[in-house]
Amino acid sequence: MSFDAIYSTGASAMRAQVMRLDTIASNLANANTVASSENDAYRAVKPVFETVYQQTETSFSAQVNMAGVVQTDRPVDQRYEPNNPLSDADGYVYYSNVNELEEMADMMSASRSFQTATSVLNRVSGMQQSILSLGQR
Amino acid sequence: MEIFDKALGVHPYSLQVRLDRAEIITSNLANVDTPGYLARDIDYQNVMQSVSAKLESSFHSDAMSGGRDQVKYRVPYQSSPDGNTVDLNVEQAKFASNSMDFQTAITFLNMKIEGLHKAIRGE
Repeated sequence: MSFDAIYSTGASAMRAQVMRLDTIASNLANANTVASSENDAYRAVKPVFETVYQQTETSFSAQVNMAGVVQTDRPVDQRYEPNNPLSDADGYVYYSNVNELEEMADMMSASRSFQTATSVLNRVSGMQQSILSLGQR
Repeated sequence: MEIFDKALGVHPYSLQVRLDRAEIITSNLANVDTPGYLARDIDYQNVMQSVSAKLESSFHSDAMSGGRDQVKYRVPYQSSPDGNTVDLNVEQAKFASNSMDFQTAITFLNMKIEGLHKAIRGE
């Protein structure tokens, strides 16, 4: 049934965008996290989306799925802070590589996409309502 | 009920095509952030022409079959670096106009049913 396919496609979009917002929240929360070695420093995580096509004859839908998350390979920020209790033997600490501006822009994009999915679902449920009242007077 | 098979004409098929198109555009909107996703659509006019040709030649209940072949890829207005061809505003506008067309098809169908009501009651 086509309506089911539309609902599950919309739901998949909302699920993917919420998971994306989840990674953005982690990144922003850890934007100023300090570590005492380069390996331990927080690296921003990014979701990887993939398309899942429905392999039936009558279905046209293509759902979105989050394949996983990857860590960005941008270098972490090394700063000389000898008074920081986490500093290493040479007095350096390692800040995360999160770019806050990029995360904010990403957040706007994710919430816009989420809103699109909710308004699509509202519209489609209106379409189904009018099917249900077909032939009534 | 065989006698009512042709009673509603092309309108049930029109409704189905609108619903299929809503499904395709929803998929486009869902994949707006998926790298490499190619936006798809169907040409309503083409599909309905083949449906009505099939209806005229002989009545088949599978007049809708083969709709999957009608799905085409959209030509993007501008390319994006990740290979995604979904343009959010374009898809939103197409979705809105498609759902209005769906309501129009519903209205036509209701008028057909109303006519059948009148014929049955002999008003």
